[in-house]
Amino acid sequence: MFAYLVRRLFLMLVTLFGISIVIFFLLRIVPGNIVDILFAAAGYVDPADKANLEKELGIDRPLIVQYWHWISGFLRGDFGYSYVSEKPALQEILPRIPITARLAGLALLFSASIGIPLGVISAVKQGTRLDYALRVVSLSGLSLPSFWLGLLILTASVAMFGQMPIFNPNPRTWLEAFATYAVPAAAVGFRSAALTMRITRSSMLEVLRQDYIRTARAKGASDAAVNYHHALKNAILPVITVIGIEAAFLIGGLIVTETVFNIPGVARFLVEAIRWRDYPIVQNLVMFIAVVVVFANFTVDMLYAVFDPRIRYTD
Amino acid sequence: MRSVWALAATAALSLLAFSTIALAGEPKQGGILRIYHRDSPANASILEGATYSVNVPFMGVFNNLVIYDQHIAQNSPDTLRPELAESWSWSSDNKKLTFKLRQGVKWHDGKPFTSADIKCTFDLLMGKSQQKLRQNPRKAWYNEVNDVTPNGDSEVSFDLKRPQPSLLAMLASGYTPIYPCHVSPADMRTHPIGTGPFKFVEFKANESIKLTRNPDYWKKGLPYLDGIEYTIITNRSTAILAFVAGKFDMTFPTHITIPLLKDIKSQAPNATCVVEPTNVSTNIIVNSASAPFDNIDIRRAMAMALDRKAFVDILFEGQADIGGTMLPPPQGIWGMPKDKLETIPGYGRDVNANREEARKLMQKAGYGPDKHLAVKVSTRNLAEYRDPAVILIDQLKSIYIDGELDVVETANWFPKVARKDYMLGLNLTGSSVDDPDPSFYENYSCGSERNYTNYCNKEIEKLFDVQSQEIDTNKRKQQVWEIDKKLQEDVARPIIFHARAGTCWQPYVKGVTIMSNSSYNGFRYEDLWLEK
Repeated sequence: MFAYLVRRLFLMLVTLFGISIVIFFLLRIVPGNIVDILFAAAGYVDPADKANLEKELGIDRPLIVQYWHWISGFLRGDFGYSYVSEKPALQEILPRIPITARLAGLALLFSASIGIPLGVISAVKQGTRLDYALRVVSLSGLSLPSFWLGLLILTASVAMFGQMPIFNPNPRTWLEAFATYAVPAAAVGFRSAALTMRITRSSMLEVLRQDYIRTARAKGASDAAVNYHHALKNAILPVITVIGIEAAFLIGGLIVTETVFNIPGVARFLVEAIRWRDYPIVQNLVMFIAVVVVFANFTVDMLYAVFDPRIRYTD
Repeated sequence: MRSVWALAATAALSLLAFSTIALAGEPKQGGILRIYHRDSPANASILEGATYSVNVPFMGVFNNLVIYDQHIAQNSPDTLRPELAESWSWSSDNKKLTFKLRQGVKWHDGKPFTSADIKCTFDLLMGKSQQKLRQNPRKAWYNEVNDVTPNGDSEVSFDLKRPQPSLLAMLASGYTPIYPCHVSPADMRTHPIGTGPFKFVEFKANESIKLTRNPDYWKKGLPYLDGIEYTIITNRSTAILAFVAGKFDMTFPTHITIPLLKDIKSQAPNATCVVEPTNVSTNIIVNSASAPFDNIDIRRAMAMALDRKAFVDILFEGQADIGGTMLPPPQGIWGMPKDKLETIPGYGRDVNANREEARKLMQKAGYGPDKHLAVKVSTRNLAEYRDPAVILIDQLKSIYIDGELDVVETANWFPKVARKDYMLGLNLTGSSVDDPDPSFYENYSCGSERNYTNYCNKEIEKLFDVQSQEIDTNKRKQQVWEIDKKLQEDVARPIIFHARAGTCWQPYVKGVTIMSNSSYNGFRYEDLWLEK
């Protein structure tokens, strides 16, 4: 197990180094920089002013020097200054992380707590009306884009209640606080829950047909014991994989959801930073997301080893 | 006797009604005005900004020397009011403009305002000071200013190279606040200090902008509001729904398109909504430096093929204006009257006749039903650019021009235009001041940075100078109309239409005036109040 852990950690570091290179150079390939955008917005360009600004921001230096400046700073914990707000990048990024983390956590919780039980029920009740109904719900979840669902929720809230669950930084009541995060989390987590449900269902169906399940039933084990103790435990591995992947995909979903619900999280902030070509923000934020995703995968790998002893013995 | 009682009762009721009206009209102190903001401005420095996304939230932090009356919708030379200047006077040769300054005004950090601050501000704008603005988009406004000289603490003079009556108009723009000497341009981008009715509290990028009441404001009793909070909501649907749900007291000014205005009126019938011209023209930029548009016949044919009314009907349900370079009357001060406008080729009411003539010009240039001209129509990747570009492509088909839409990201739009890497472009041009000087010099003078098409006509340029020095407004109008007509005939930058947009506010918001010939000058909000 220790060797497995070390090997995974080493792979993680190599991956992060590769990602840092990709992030940095992909960003430079995108046409235009902050100076172009500032002057484009002003509708004029003064070559001397432009050169001064590029020099001031350090984007006139060779790319390799810029990369070294960024990555060495990143390793020292110096994340530079936002080109737009002229505030330290960390000061801009840090307050937004808990907001997105809460939203993503709630969305994942929604996904797992709805998707897994409904998937099990759907598998156990295969071919019944309930199964068909649940499959329709899951198919809807996969088909509805989260931005559309978000707008639908907002429009319905205004039309039906005259209220709107958009972000409130200082909620006065418990209900407001709940609505601030729960409604957008449900909007973004609905697709994820649908996927989890479908994977749980198919994985459960496969396991329920195994010989040892029949043996357990023959030995007189209750339905609940068979379904949740024997079957679900063995069917859960693909579900964990999907939830791990979904955690990474959630960032993409959150960009849209944060925009629609006007939540000042990192996902929306990232899009704005890309629009402005605010390199210090984009580089550090994408690197942060990469670290989260790589750690999520690492955690999934570790969970594999915990749930399936064959992996920790053979790998 | 009965009639006496009836008379007394009527008088009492009238008195009651009158006092109720009077009470309802009495401004109330207090309350926070909540407005959504359409996007996150780059910074808080109005002098460095080139979008009203900066003016709207930060104009309340500052004062100008002079300002347009905030309660008269049409900015004109008659609506100029003193602000940090108590009065102004021109020298007999109209080459010196002297302002007598208000005394006892303090900056938000407690330091006194003096004539040195005026000098600093204009030295910054003219690029004469040690400290530099990171961007200085309106430097050209002060090309005719030799120097700004303080005469003691209470007076300042602008020495001009030649008479330029429009200087006052530019000084009254929301784009011309007075900055303090003792705060650097870099600090003004992140924490602006002004003398205005509201103090800056915080600006969280992509989140919010907060202003609070300046208790030491030099206009006693003002502002009425305790503060203003702008919540940045980039998604227009979310923003409008939030306004309808009562989360905001006011929409972002001139942010509502005509079709969306209908939605608001149906969902929030009590809201007050107005539609006004934005003084932003949608126009065509033509690369006349290379084929095929180096041929004046093809340029003229293109201009004559335009069905401007169709643009206005499709995009604005009829609520936009057709004109030349200057915003057309009645909201525009300097726009050509309709009868004069219709004498310009392509502006005539008979579109089919115009197009028939255009087709003849195309045939003369070698194109026809069997030989179409293929062009790329480049434009920015924003709805207000893309939508008219699509209509333009459709209309050009009628004169054997097959257009292909070339959508360009904002970051690449200006560099592309500057290096003349386009054939036809659909562009938007905003005027922060309804005055011919900024419009003509910025967009049409030889060598100007914003003259994207490189149109250069020395004869016209001489006329620019003539009208710019004319003191008599009526005479100047005649000169401006002739210039505008000539610019349209030369197909310098064919104007398609002048847009209009809507603004809405809740019924308890009082004292709002949306300017009808500029989107940049009406956001001081010092006497705006909430009847709650």
